[in-house]
Amino acid sequence: MDIQVRVWRQSDPSDKGRMVTYDVKDISPDASFLEMLDVLNEKLILDGDDPIAFDHDCREGICGMCGMMINGVAHGPERATTTCQLHMRHFNDGDVIDVEPWRASAFPVVKDLVVNRGAFDRIIQAGGYITAPTGTAPDAHATPVPKPDADAAFEAATCIGCGACVAACPNGSSMLFTAAKVAHLGLLPQGQPERDSRVVDMLEAQDEEGFGGCTNMGECTTVCPKGIPLTLIGRLNNDYRKAMKKR
Amino acid sequence: MTESFWKDGDPIADTAAPDGPIETRWDRRKFSAKLVNPANRRKLSVIVVGTGLAGGSAAATLAEAGYKVRSYCYQDSPRRAHSIAAQGGINAAKNYRNDGDSIHRLFYDTVKGGDFRARESNVYRLAQVSVNIIDQCVAQGVPFAREYGGLLDNRSFGGTQVSRTFYARGQTGQQLLLGAYQAMERQIGLGNIEMFARHEMLELVIVDGKARGIVVRDMVTGEITTDLADAVVLASGGYGNVFFLSTNAKGCNVTASWRAHRKGALFANPCYTQIHPTCIPESGSHQSKLTLMSESLRNDGRVWVPKRREDCGKPAGDIAEGDRDYYLERIYPSFGNLVPRDIASRAAKNVCDEGRGVGPGGLGVYLDFADAISRLGRDAVEAKYGNLFEMYQRITGEDPYEVPMRIYPAVHYTMGGLWVDYDLQSTIPGLFVVGEANFSDHGANRLGASALMQGLADGYFVLPHTLANYLASGPYEKISPDHEEVVAARTQVEERIQKLLSINGDRTVDSFHRELGHIMWEYCGMERTEEGLTKAIGLIRGLREEFWTRVKVPGTGEQLNQNLEKAGRVADFLELGELMCIDALHRAESAGGHFRAESQTPDGEALRHDDEFSYVAAWEYGETPTLHKEKLDFEYVHPSTRSYK
Ligand SMILES: Cc1cc2nc3c(=O)[nH]c(=O)nc-3n(C[C@H](O)[C@H](O)[C@H](O)COP(=O)(O)OP(=O)(O)OC[C@H]3O[C@@H](n4cnc5c(N)ncnc54)[C@H](O)[C@@H]3O)c2cc1C
Ligand code: SF4
Ligand code: FES
Repeated sequence: MDIQVRVWRQSDPSDKGRMVTYDVKDISPDASFLEMLDVLNEKLILDGDDPIAFDHDCREGICGMCGMMINGVAHGPERATTTCQLHMRHFNDGDVIDVEPWRASAFPVVKDLVVNRGAFDRIIQAGGYITAPTGTAPDAHATPVPKPDADAAFEAATCIGCGACVAACPNGSSMLFTAAKVAHLGLLPQGQPERDSRVVDMLEAQDEEGFGGCTNMGECTTVCPKGIPLTLIGRLNNDYRKAMKKR
Repeated sequence: MTESFWKDGDPIADTAAPDGPIETRWDRRKFSAKLVNPANRRKLSVIVVGTGLAGGSAAATLAEAGYKVRSYCYQDSPRRAHSIAAQGGINAAKNYRNDGDSIHRLFYDTVKGGDFRARESNVYRLAQVSVNIIDQCVAQGVPFAREYGGLLDNRSFGGTQVSRTFYARGQTGQQLLLGAYQAMERQIGLGNIEMFARHEMLELVIVDGKARGIVVRDMVTGEITTDLADAVVLASGGYGNVFFLSTNAKGCNVTASWRAHRKGALFANPCYTQIHPTCIPESGSHQSKLTLMSESLRNDGRVWVPKRREDCGKPAGDIAEGDRDYYLERIYPSFGNLVPRDIASRAAKNVCDEGRGVGPGGLGVYLDFADAISRLGRDAVEAKYGNLFEMYQRITGEDPYEVPMRIYPAVHYTMGGLWVDYDLQSTIPGLFVVGEANFSDHGANRLGASALMQGLADGYFVLPHTLANYLASGPYEKISPDHEEVVAARTQVEERIQKLLSINGDRTVDSFHRELGHIMWEYCGMERTEEGLTKAIGLIRGLREEFWTRVKVPGTGEQLNQNLEKAGRVADFLELGELMCIDALHRAESAGGHFRAESQTPDGEALRHDDEFSYVAAWEYGETPTLHKEKLDFEYVHPSTRSYK
């Protein structure tokens, strides 16, 4: 199939950036979206142009490194799909496709489609962990975890930290990401001692990083490749209220 | 004539390993290791390259102990290391099932599974600490699968007869890595780890014979800097991407290990590659990597190809039952579809070589769930494998509930790596190597769910003791960034980058990588011959020469330049590929992931030669590589023939 892509080109953070149009001819419907960009890049290199920079690594939908706005939608048109798992068969011959980086003030553009998501790591640093010293843990069976709790914790823990939620949110809020981590750890008995401080500290860090506030728009969960539900934000808000009361 | 590809060197030995009863070796080693007073620890610094399960767990543990740690990874966050992609699970000898498992049995299975090409001492220790790994991860909040009673669930995996695999749905690696990553982030928050994401190590710094630092490139600004410390830990993962197509993440590379190898670290068993039988086949020339389908599918799926070549082009449904060849069930009646990875992979290759493969290019076999669906019902199959079926459908556009899946073997893991002793120290003092980057615990073949176990064992439980022993003699003399060795290492990196950028030829980096991958897969893949390997060495040398005259790397070094990153990695793969072929050539036996066609039984099974090849092949870098042999002794598990008929 033949398509046209209009890609955001920005050589570095200080560059203003612009959309540039490229023709991609004879691409296989079996190619992934990133493979389509690979094919285009090979051509750009041989033509003496600068290839398009984009982030990716596992190409299996699990590392969370890839991500771009495709026709205005984070990770593109397919539900619950990362960009690397989106295939060209979902597009039509002759389509014109817009490709842009995540847009959020807390995720500055590095180059073309690559953004800096370091703010996510700093939110985790503020409290997204269990303080468990290495080497001396009690036997794993010492603390049974009811299966429904373990399953729910697992669901929340599947967040891959891709940042699509932030990119899709009109406020640029990272609430879904933070809520997922708070739920994961808060649903487990091991996570209880730090439950209050965790939620307060992580929310504080989130504000400091320049993420917007959550106004329950729900755009985040629509694009989330891992289907992290909006209900977790409600859970986070409850945890936060309880923690603040105790202060 | 093949002799001229390498020179024989002196034998080597693992002098750090204690002898005596195997059950107490690790305890005795720990007791004899020197300790560092807590107050002195903050004066000691360690560089850890890599943030996967091995590097992440090592950095977190060392930082918590009080050492100053500086950590590096090439991704934008330590959480994205390739370990995140591991699906199936992690082994541990917990015997929670009361099915006869024990440390000794895990030890036994691993030595046997590795085709008697691993060290007994190391494997025993691995089995011993496996028990603590699960405790550690649970304490961190890793949401392993649970049973209704709230206790941990297990499954059997990868050809073992006991249920010792702990798992978190099909995303075990992700959950384990998040545990290590969170422990790391906590230490970063406390100021004990300084993290450098999007930084690539491009050279090792050796001063007075000791590893003292690394040269790194900031991948965003292009700045080249040197970082100096008391010790360096490499946790940079495996080199399966030398084949271009593999199940590894795109960025996986050998650069950190190879740079250390060129500076004197021995590289062991490079030819041992694990090929996984159940991957989604290549769909066309755009293919950039391959995707693994969990091995658990073989519990219910039946593998077949048409009996007749003429039928291969027909839709599967049009091929009558009597015209299908369920070849694994036919050749291996007692294990059937559940034979180990190396056997299943080679059998698939053989039927495709006979011209009976299905799908594009005839490189595929069917993995058919029709029987399972009619026996268990679609819902039951969906409950068990639904997410895998969905993944398959997403990638291929075919519905595996309606038509059989197509699978083909793909490169998955590399058992070779930098040589380390029992302390995980390489042949360069102060350079420690953990996880997939070292060669140590799996021998010629890795059993499923054992790589995650090894990575975490090394990082959480082994290295912190053995590295401390080394650091106890520190802090080592302070080195100035102007020291001639440091400047020389930095200059090497700068010149190499300039060279890559200046060639400005007419071929892309990827085109070289693909071509190298074809050579490796064809001649150093599932089956190797003396003739093929000799040919491959010539082809690789030619390709390497062409690379250095015709490669085109656009852009500059002072910016984010993904092609420059790739070019450096491919340049190293072009050297490693040759060593892999030489290693495969010299090992005139079949063992695990290394099948030499000249060494097989009359019915086509792998034939080991214990009398000649019971050793680790450790290579020293040079114009002509030098082979040092480390003899392997088996006191506890006696070499026997693996048979699955
Ligand atoms: C698809 C798939 C599924 C798997 N499933 C399983 C399973 O179920 N069970 C199991 O036991 N094993 C499994 N494995 C194998 C296992 O995942 C790996 O062997 C293991 O995770 C390797 O861990 P590691 O810490 O050694 O390296 P990695 O996780 O690969 O980490 C390497 C680190 O080094 C960094 N790095 C590399 N080079 C440089 C450099 N030059 N400069 C700076 N940083 C660098 C990277 O950024 C990264 O942080 C699977 C592998 C694959 C491919
Ligand atoms: S919540 Fe979903 S969209 Fe947001 S970072 Fe996690 S996986 Fe990505
Ligand atoms: S590249 Fe890893 S999730 Fe897309």
